[in-house]
Amino acid sequence: MSVLELYVFVLAAFLGYMIISRVPSLLHTPLMAATNAIAGISLVGSLIAAGSARNHVATILGFLAVVAATSNIVGGFIITDRMLKMFQRGKPAPGASGPATGSSSTKS
Amino acid sequence: MRDAAIQASYLIASILFVLGMRGMTRPDKARRGMQLAAVGMLFAIIGTLVNSAIVDYRWIVGGLILGTVIGYPMGTRVPMTAMPQRIALSLTLSALAATLVGIAEYYTEIAAGTVPSHAQMAALGFEIMLGSITVGGTIVAAGKLQEWLPSKPVTFAGQKILNGALFAFIIALLAFTISAPGASWAFYTMIASALLFGVLLVLPIGGADMPVVVALLNSYSGLASCATGFAIGNVILIISGSLDGASGLILSILMSKAMNRSFTNVLFGAFGATDTNAAAKTASGLTVRSVSVEDAAIQLAYAQLVIIIPGYGMAVAQAQHQVRELSELIEKRGGEVKFAVHPVAGRMPGHMNVLLAEANVPYDKLFDMDEINGEFDRADVALVIGANDVVNPAARNDASSPIYGMPILNADHAKSIIVLKRGMSAGFAGIENELFYDPKTSMLFGDAKASLTGLVAEVKNV
Repeated sequence: MSVLELYVFVLAAFLGYMIISRVPSLLHTPLMAATNAIAGISLVGSLIAAGSARNHVATILGFLAVVAATSNIVGGFIITDRMLKMFQRGKPAPGASGPATGSSSTKS
Repeated sequence: MRDAAIQASYLIASILFVLGMRGMTRPDKARRGMQLAAVGMLFAIIGTLVNSAIVDYRWIVGGLILGTVIGYPMGTRVPMTAMPQRIALSLTLSALAATLVGIAEYYTEIAAGTVPSHAQMAALGFEIMLGSITVGGTIVAAGKLQEWLPSKPVTFAGQKILNGALFAFIIALLAFTISAPGASWAFYTMIASALLFGVLLVLPIGGADMPVVVALLNSYSGLASCATGFAIGNVILIISGSLDGASGLILSILMSKAMNRSFTNVLFGAFGATDTNAAAKTASGLTVRSVSVEDAAIQLAYAQLVIIIPGYGMAVAQAQHQVRELSELIEKRGGEVKFAVHPVAGRMPGHMNVLLAEANVPYDKLFDMDEINGEFDRADVALVIGANDVVNPAARNDASSPIYGMPILNADHAKSIIVLKRGMSAGFAGIENELFYDPKTSMLFGDAKASLTGLVAEVKNV
């Protein structure tokens, strides 16, 4: 733990607060799903724990953490996309209702 | 060189995450933003996999495959109506991952005969305390939302004292482990106590308070991943954890404001416990006017402006598609339809918006409380579908009511009010709703979906 990390934390929290307070209440549920998917980043720590071969306990715990974090990432991004697709579809101006390009991997 | 590549991948991921979050401020940009964030996630994962600390890929590959197999149906199969419990479950998973990593980290240090530094122990301690509380709490929340556990508040004598004592005990253990990082008994006792505390914290919460709890647990889980980042010295965890924590914090503040609970009150888990037997107005001597589907349909068909107020009852009856059909019919006849969404309607922030979006209601017809409240005076009909406390005028004028002071939708200002309701039972908070006894109000009893189907058929015939 270093002072630099504290800087990162303070600035990231501030930035997050600034951005997220502008999210309309319309999108609050997708926002929760989205931040959960991004919180799946704890996979990064899980991968290191599961792959460092330090001891069996750490490997097993790391493995379980990888499973939990991966299912959160995969499920989280898919479900967020599903929700946001609905909001895109409900666009005021009809005609532009086609799905955005480059989204083939996350179709439900 | 390899380290530089890893750091670069994390930097790219962080930028894409922030851009993704920024996309969420606009409904039409949000989807593209989240696709960027998903790409960012891929960068971070690949960057981590080349980390020189990783020497054995067997468990990693197994975990990634198993996680994908579990996660894919969790993303594609879960219906929108089950979203609150789905969100709670994903909080469980992210907190679980953070907690397990923390335990692995601690165990490795101890097993190697070393003792973590005080600073590292502080990070680990916070990570595991917040993570365990979140795991315990979200499991109960998900169980309640799925109705595997009673959704009514579970209370017993001395509950608050027990919870307070347990929380003090956890804090004491946390302080002790930080001062004596080698004391593994204290560390493991803290995990068990924090899990138990999470369970006890959410048990007394009733369904209607769930939005606040879910948002609050969201911010705990974000802070837990943040602390993980500190514990293992990983900046991207700190960044994404802060984003998650900030989002949970903002949502809990908004939710607690919308319920007129002070934020500190919420933070210390005192919510759901305001059920003092304040003598709310009783219904004696008042009569309700019930209305037939035909008459209600006529009212709606000739209205110029109808404001629809959806509530949890609509979600339970899964009536969102019928609501959309009805609103389209009214519009076809020349009326105007708007939807008034209270911040705490439903079981999670934004619950009603997602359900209505699923039913193809254009989002420019959905209005926040502040935007729509001035328009009720102009409305011919306020159509209340399975909402109760959020339209209860007692919040405005009855100081003895438990919901006094809570901002509400001004349904009572409309020229007439039609309430779709299952029966005359009191709302969640157990409070009589004087709106139902208003002379302008007519009640249409029955299942919301059946009533709406009837209304659609009748409006077609008018």
